[in-house]
Amino acid sequence: VAPAEVVTWAVRSGQLPLTSMASAENEVCAVWSVACPSQTWRLQKVQCGLSGAGQVPSTNMAAGDAGRGGVWMGSRADGPRTSGHVTGKMAVFPWHSRNRNYKAEFASCRLEAVPLEFGDYHPLKPITVTESKTKKVNRKGSTSSTSSSSSSSVVDPLSSVLDGTDPLSMFAATADPVALAAATDSSRRKRDRDDNSVVGSDFEPWANKRGEILARYTTTEKLSINLFMGSEKGKAGTATLAMSEKVRTRLEELDDFEEGSQKELLNLTQQDYVNRIEELNQSLKDAWASDQKVKALKIVIQCSKLLSDTSVIQFYPSKFVLITDILDTFGKLVYERIFSMCVDNRSVLPDHFSPENANDTAKETCLNWFFKIASIRELIPRFYVEASILKCNKFLSKTGISECLPRLTCMIRGIGDPLVSVYARAYLCRVARLTWGSVSCSALLLNSVMSAFRAEFIATRSMDFIGMIKECDESGFPKHLLFRSLGLNLALADPPESDRLQILNEAWKVITKLKNPQDYINCAEVWVEYTCKHFTKREVNTVLADVIKHMTPDRAFEDSYPQLQLIIKKVIAYFHDFSVLFSVEKFLPFLDMFQKESVRVEVCKCIMDAFIKHQQEPTKDPVILNALLHVCKTMHDSVNALTLEDEKRMLSYLINGFIKMVSFGRDFEQQLSFYVESRSMFCNLEPVLVQLIHACVAYCFITIPSLAGIFTRLNLYLHSGQVALANQCLSQADAFFKAAISLIPEVPKMINIDGKMRPSESFLLEFLCNFFSTLLIVPHGRGAGVYLTVLVCSTVDSNDSLYGGDSKFLAENNKLCETVMAQILEHLKALAKDEALKRQSSLGLSFFNSILAHGDLRNNKLNQLSVNLWHLAQRHGCADTRTMVKTLEYIKKQSKQPDMTHLTELALRLPLQTRT
Amino acid sequence: MGTALDIKIKRANKVYHAGPIQIINSTIEMVKPGKFPSGKTEIPFEFPLHAKGNKVLYETYHGVFVNIQYTLRCDMRRSLLAKDLTKTCEFIVHSAPQKGKFTPSPVDFTVTPETLQNVKERALLPKFLLRGHLNSTNCVITQPLTGELVVESSEAAIRSVELQLVRVETCGCAEGYARDATEIQNIQIADGDVCRGLSVPIYMVFPRLFTCPTLETTNFKVEFEVNIVVLLHPDHLITENFPLKLCRI
Repeated sequence: VAPAEVVTWAVRSGQLPLTSMASAENEVCAVWSVACPSQTWRLQKVQCGLSGAGQVPSTNMAAGDAGRGGVWMGSRADGPRTSGHVTGKMAVFPWHSRNRNYKAEFASCRLEAVPLEFGDYHPLKPITVTESKTKKVNRKGSTSSTSSSSSSSVVDPLSSVLDGTDPLSMFAATADPVALAAATDSSRRKRDRDDNSVVGSDFEPWANKRGEILARYTTTEKLSINLFMGSEKGKAGTATLAMSEKVRTRLEELDDFEEGSQKELLNLTQQDYVNRIEELNQSLKDAWASDQKVKALKIVIQCSKLLSDTSVIQFYPSKFVLITDILDTFGKLVYERIFSMCVDNRSVLPDHFSPENANDTAKETCLNWFFKIASIRELIPRFYVEASILKCNKFLSKTGISECLPRLTCMIRGIGDPLVSVYARAYLCRVARLTWGSVSCSALLLNSVMSAFRAEFIATRSMDFIGMIKECDESGFPKHLLFRSLGLNLALADPPESDRLQILNEAWKVITKLKNPQDYINCAEVWVEYTCKHFTKREVNTVLADVIKHMTPDRAFEDSYPQLQLIIKKVIAYFHDFSVLFSVEKFLPFLDMFQKESVRVEVCKCIMDAFIKHQQEPTKDPVILNALLHVCKTMHDSVNALTLEDEKRMLSYLINGFIKMVSFGRDFEQQLSFYVESRSMFCNLEPVLVQLIHACVAYCFITIPSLAGIFTRLNLYLHSGQVALANQCLSQADAFFKAAISLIPEVPKMINIDGKMRPSESFLLEFLCNFFSTLLIVPHGRGAGVYLTVLVCSTVDSNDSLYGGDSKFLAENNKLCETVMAQILEHLKALAKDEALKRQSSLGLSFFNSILAHGDLRNNKLNQLSVNLWHLAQRHGCADTRTMVKTLEYIKKQSKQPDMTHLTELALRLPLQTRT
Repeated sequence: MGTALDIKIKRANKVYHAGPIQIINSTIEMVKPGKFPSGKTEIPFEFPLHAKGNKVLYETYHGVFVNIQYTLRCDMRRSLLAKDLTKTCEFIVHSAPQKGKFTPSPVDFTVTPETLQNVKERALLPKFLLRGHLNSTNCVITQPLTGELVVESSEAAIRSVELQLVRVETCGCAEGYARDATEIQNIQIADGDVCRGLSVPIYMVFPRLFTCPTLETTNFKVEFEVNIVVLLHPDHLITENFPLKLCRI
């Protein structure tokens, strides 16, 4: 006689992937059963019943609560091979189950949910910056000083955008000295804003950049300022003679800027440097205010000279900013002075005046400034100072500025140091933005503009840019690259709605004429995104058709797979509705260009990936199915012996994603035939086959309820469950079994067979026999050699309604428990003999736990049994101490509940073995 | 009570045409004898500039040996009890546009160690090749001098390229003649080691007061030249000289 085998398998429905198929049961689910490893098993007798109402003293039992805590059991009561175990000689323990409220227990196990107030701190909450302007000013002031610790602080782009817009905090900030800087900042910003009227308000204001540069380019090295005033004098006598007598005497009175005085300030920290420059800026203003124009000019010249010094190169950008601030001040002063000369008593010059409006005195003064500046000996100061008063050309002639710009631009070529020359160019660009649009550009410049400026800025002027691209000088820089750059901008920012179609037409007109396939595809690739973003499938189709037309001759596509792939990616990114996507006629022909298998599979993967991501609803659209089956087949067919596991897994995942999204609703025939077709197509990928089995099982699961005959349904559930089991679909099998169990209560007492009403009991019995025997082989995770003992099932309602608290049933039930317990004890004993002490210990503990969970320990015998089991578990030092400790803690915790006080006493009787 | 006498020349929209006139002290009476009312009295005046028959009225020019200057002197004769008052003031004369058509005279140049004169050790010179052109050596005085300079190659780094405007005055006298050249303006057009093969613009505005149309009389000459000065590391100085002819049109 084989030893009885006892296996525990408790299932907590929430922890197993049952939910996909069965309506989730929140209650603890367990099944009681006794099994034999032999395949020739057969259930002879089944007894099912409800425990609870009868077991627990009626005072504890509310009438409606009868359904809770039932135990449902099946047992092989007799038969030649097991009878020996059942009639064991051990003491018989009567079973007394305890009352349990599973819902309450479950709820008490869960984490408590705490509502989160909006303002509360939470690590996952997005960070919101609520920095005030005053703070900002302080921070800004300290940026330069903290630079000595060599930390380059990064400016928060958000706050720099907000910078200075709040008049209140500006007002509040005027108390501290740094606020002065803020005030000048804001006036500068205002001026910038005015200047921006030419280029548009969306042009990134200089004030933003300025702040960023100052914060970013800092140094700890020592800096120096070398000012040499009056360098003009003596050489040619120009300065001396041009200067009026008055000015010369004034100059002589000056301490700081004496003729020929040289001032060298060494070992300045960055902050000192900033302060000195600010002082110079101030003395420039003072000199101007006291009518010392020549001194003012000298300050500006000397400051500009500092820009030729590139020592401490990391500070150069900030130096550039500081010194161009002075130049800006100077340019503004000169402009305003000349402007004021045009104002006579009667009228004020309008903002957009023409040179004829300026009077002769103003013009003569203006001309004088230009003559004076033209005689500055050194190149760099001459360039900067002239650039700073570029705007004054407006007084002399309409075309003055645009005539000056090319000359100043060429002048920069004379600057040998590349860094200095680039910054000179940057300054020129900044002052020249006033004449935006009036300068005809080279292609290279246009391209630089399009790649450097913000996309929004470019996008709103797309039509202007297209015009300029058409007209520009193409030498050395092909136009298709310009269109590419424009397209890149348009992919990032949207042009005005009214221009959109025209932009596309204009651009595509040029693109489609490109002869070289490489040029063409590089350009077209970028514009596909724009097309997808703003237009319908009709335009996209046209574009795709055009690409096919260009790339097919001479198999040009072979050299452009990356670009073609990008096109597909962009189209997919914008067309989430796959029925629309596949109705783009040229989409599939486009895919045909991917003839290299690896690329083709890549593209297919992209498509499937997008499909899985974006397809919300199951679909039966034949267009989608057809196309995607084709796509999946391509992926599947790429699998060969050399395919890596990861690749296979990826492909399977994608194909499975597709299969899951296919649903024909109630049309099960179609669904099944789809699965059949899929099976034949995807036979090389095991996970896909598994998925198909799952799908078929699922198909059964949803089809069975539509049948009428209750026993037909029960038997089909059973069969399907067995099939699922045979195919490793454990959760599905479980769902079937649960469905069957929940169906059992619906079995009527009498059924109609061949026109006669017959009692259903015999049919039910036969079904249950089969059912339980199936349950016996439900495998569990611990593998062979471990024996089944306890399967507690909580489909209590069914038992309840079926057996309705029949006392006879309960008695039988308890008897059964006793039998099982006896068997277990027998087995435990057997384990001791076999020296399987560890197993004995763990089985003992698990038996203890079962009694603790379901038994009523007020019963002395049960109580004693549990104590004995506790000792048994520890006897041979094999017990897992941690588990024991935890168990004991659990008992103590439970004992605090009402009706459980008896556990206190029990806990005292359970010693913990110390591991020594 | 002091009395001040000021001469103010207002810019009238009139050009002082210089025809063939004599250079003499021409005198006009501004106010007939009498008494000024108290306060400020402004007396407008104008008179033509006359030159002698064979003389030319030259442009105002301030040089070292040659000075062409026009002054106004205003005398106010007063009664015996008060001193006479005198005030002088320079005024500037621009000549009328010169007759004849202005024809530009462009000039191309190449500078290599071989083209240089005045070299002691030619072998010690680093190799270089400068090319360039002036758009015209005939220059309109109100227009800038323009051109281009390309450093095609240079072994040594370039320190600076400058345009030196030089005035050459020649005076005839009993012993022969005196010739003196002075720099009147120096403009840097390149600072540092410029990019090879990229043209650097030559551009210089003629300074007012220190330049005038090229002048050649029987007694003296005022001429102008431009030097293109290239400084190489460590201290080579290369100068290319171009005589200019300035005119006013």
